[in-house]
Amino acid sequence: MRNPLADKVVDIKPSGIRKFFDIVSEMEDAISLGVGEPDFDTPWHIRDEGIYSLEKGRTFYTSNAGLKDLKIEICNYMKRSQGIDYHYNDEVIVTVGGSEAIDIALRAMINDGEEVLIPQPSYVSYEPCAILANAVPVIIELKAENEFRLTAQELRDAITDKTKVLILPFPNNPTGAIMEKEDLERIAEVIIEKDIFVISDEIYAELTYKDKHVSIASLPGMRERTILINGFSKAYAMTGWRLGYACGPKEILNQMLKIHQFAIMCAPTTSQYAAVEALKNGDEDVRQMREAYNQRRRYLMYAFQEMGLECFEPFGAFYVFPCIKEFGMSSEEFADRFLREEKVAVVPGTAFGDCGEGFLRISYAYSLENLKIAIGKLKNFIERIRKEKGE
Amino acid sequence: MREKILSIIERNSRIDLKELAVILGVEETDVVNEMAAMEKEGIICGYHTMIDWEKTSVEKVTALIEVRVTPQRGQGFDNIAERIYKYPEVNSVYLISGGYDLLVTLEGKSLKEVSAFVSDKLSALDTVLSTATHFILKKYKDHGTILAKKYEDEREKITP
Repeated sequence: MRNPLADKVVDIKPSGIRKFFDIVSEMEDAISLGVGEPDFDTPWHIRDEGIYSLEKGRTFYTSNAGLKDLKIEICNYMKRSQGIDYHYNDEVIVTVGGSEAIDIALRAMINDGEEVLIPQPSYVSYEPCAILANAVPVIIELKAENEFRLTAQELRDAITDKTKVLILPFPNNPTGAIMEKEDLERIAEVIIEKDIFVISDEIYAELTYKDKHVSIASLPGMRERTILINGFSKAYAMTGWRLGYACGPKEILNQMLKIHQFAIMCAPTTSQYAAVEALKNGDEDVRQMREAYNQRRRYLMYAFQEMGLECFEPFGAFYVFPCIKEFGMSSEEFADRFLREEKVAVVPGTAFGDCGEGFLRISYAYSLENLKIAIGKLKNFIERIRKEKGE
Repeated sequence: MREKILSIIERNSRIDLKELAVILGVEETDVVNEMAAMEKEGIICGYHTMIDWEKTSVEKVTALIEVRVTPQRGQGFDNIAERIYKYPEVNSVYLISGGYDLLVTLEGKSLKEVSAFVSDKLSALDTVLSTATHFILKKYKDHGTILAKKYEDEREKITP
């Protein structure tokens, strides 16, 4: 029999998280700090709207790009949060999570062999999606001394004649890093000068703890070269509803819509009705969740400081990214021992790129009570290793 | 800062003040001063404990009593409310808009004890026109806390 598989797919490495997941799921009583989704339930009024749409028998397909009402609400949101005007009719596509939007944006924009710049540490799907789109992924290793922001120099150094797209993943999973307006202005200059495009993954846009998030698409000259990706998972605690969206110039969106139309048809209808309610009446829920995350973030920063664990202060998403280089172990070794000895699961930084070596991703999508228990265990563990090393 | 302190201690009055300062990103002395001021101003009226008595061996019944009264000239409802709230078995007294005037909540050891209170004391007051007593059969949620069901984290343990 012939080999039924495509080499391109076979060659993709399985997610680094997978291995860890297998160990954790066998441990009954493990505490996890390894989750990349909110601990809150979707606010009830949003769930209620989903239930209501089912009761009304709205179980049909929507138009490919999404419900008109939802697209209008997305445009309203973009206008009020970023001051960007998108036209609901041809500049928005409602997708199956932000993940689908990343995939179809890359596929719509890349010709074989063109280069996609991927700053790391970052979300696990950019590199495989780029490979599947026949792009050549080029990794930019972000640095702790820059608080894991992308600098203009790093960007400039990575650009070649073949560079087509920069993926911009801020606020960032796993580091919690943000890019502020001045940071964005500096890289926008390079992007325009070098005539490349941006896929800006802003799924954590609502979860920042300094100034409000600024989208690169809101800067002069950037709207026409940016695909802005956002969604409902993080802001409204709606991960399981699988709903995201892409906004951008219609020349690109029209082509993305073709892929979406033939591969997906349309995003889940129930989720779309619920999402209309989220955008119309969900601001207060977001504010409350943001406040809760911020309290936990402050607690973790304080606890790390108390135990002498090095960590830059992250201002976005719901992750902290402490440095564990002082313990002379790799991230994976540290996470593995911590899990076996204290039964607490954290994700090694290397799951998000090689340059995550020496760091851990700790999620604070957990109640303060649970965080306190887990951090107590981290303290015990660290003290024990320090003693071992001292002997 | 006041509202943030209040919204936290409303759910957890036992929180350590140092920790409260940390999660709010302020100085501990500021929290201490602010709390003391709010106690003095009567904004913070107590630090009670939420108890699900159902789970104890103590027998208790809670009743909600709708009370219609005749307001008194110059006093409105205040006088009659005071006469009612002075009974130690009375938990709360609210002036209510709608079909009746006062809502009284009451805790007693048994139905009999509560009925006795209503017939002997409450209904016997001159200004009370009528009462309607409702016994609570089950508490699902109280003070914003769900009693009926325990929260379980059903998320996958590790996700990207």
